[in-house]
Amino acid sequence: MLPELFFGYFAAVIVFLSVIVITRRNPVHSVMWMLLLFFHIAGLYLFLNAEFIAAIQIIVYAGAILVLFLFVLLLLNLREELRAKRFVGAWPAGLFVTSALLVIILSVLKSFVPGPAGKYSIEFIKQETHTKALGKLLYTDFLFPFEIASLVLLVAIIGAMVLAKRKTGK
Amino acid sequence: MVPLNWYLMLSAVVFMIGVFGFLIRRNIIIMFMSVELMLNAVNISLVAFSHYLQDMRGQILVVFIITVAAAEAAIGLAIIIALFRNKDTIHVDEMDEMKG
Repeated sequence: MLPELFFGYFAAVIVFLSVIVITRRNPVHSVMWMLLLFFHIAGLYLFLNAEFIAAIQIIVYAGAILVLFLFVLLLLNLREELRAKRFVGAWPAGLFVTSALLVIILSVLKSFVPGPAGKYSIEFIKQETHTKALGKLLYTDFLFPFEIASLVLLVAIIGAMVLAKRKTGK
Repeated sequence: MVPLNWYLMLSAVVFMIGVFGFLIRRNIIIMFMSVELMLNAVNISLVAFSHYLQDMRGQILVVFIITVAAAEAAIGLAIIIALFRNKDTIHVDEMDEMKG
């Protein structure tokens, strides 16, 4: 009973906050609500025994990405944006398309058959600790993708600097 | 024990809210945040799969998705700053130079 209640609270808050995030007129308010949303998603990860993922969810998403959003919002002029129309005129069409897609996905979910279970049971992770198990896998089997991820970050750093640089004189 | 399907339903609902937000808003920052919302929805389902199938690979994939999301946010926001500098707006309807 208690796990269901716990999940129900997190699911309800996550859905509610997602709707709030996409409907606010002022993007700064959206970012603040999204911060709360990310904390709740991190709570859901803890509930799923993924404490390392919960930690990086808070550090990277809430700590880095949202702060980046806030800084960019401070650089932009929001005055005119606040007066503009909030939604596009054809929003009922968008609602129809997305709810139809949602119904299709939800009806497909019933026929999902889980595959065979792996070796990372709760007892195994408890004995090994979660971060160690994840790190071992990341640095052995997934070493090559891990290196590519670091390259992606390098490209992002250089690209962001090149794109956002002010052109001085011609 | 919460069934796996509940997590998948939650993930689908959040993903669709993200798609809806992307379709109906014309503020480029909010559209960008809708994309982040979709990535988070996928992360929820991946972690749920990882827990219920007792396999760590789902969470490895989440680590990579968060990496790509961070890179995407940095590049995207840099593009938004460059656009704002040239056009003085973050309303996507007014960015029509390419006549697409």
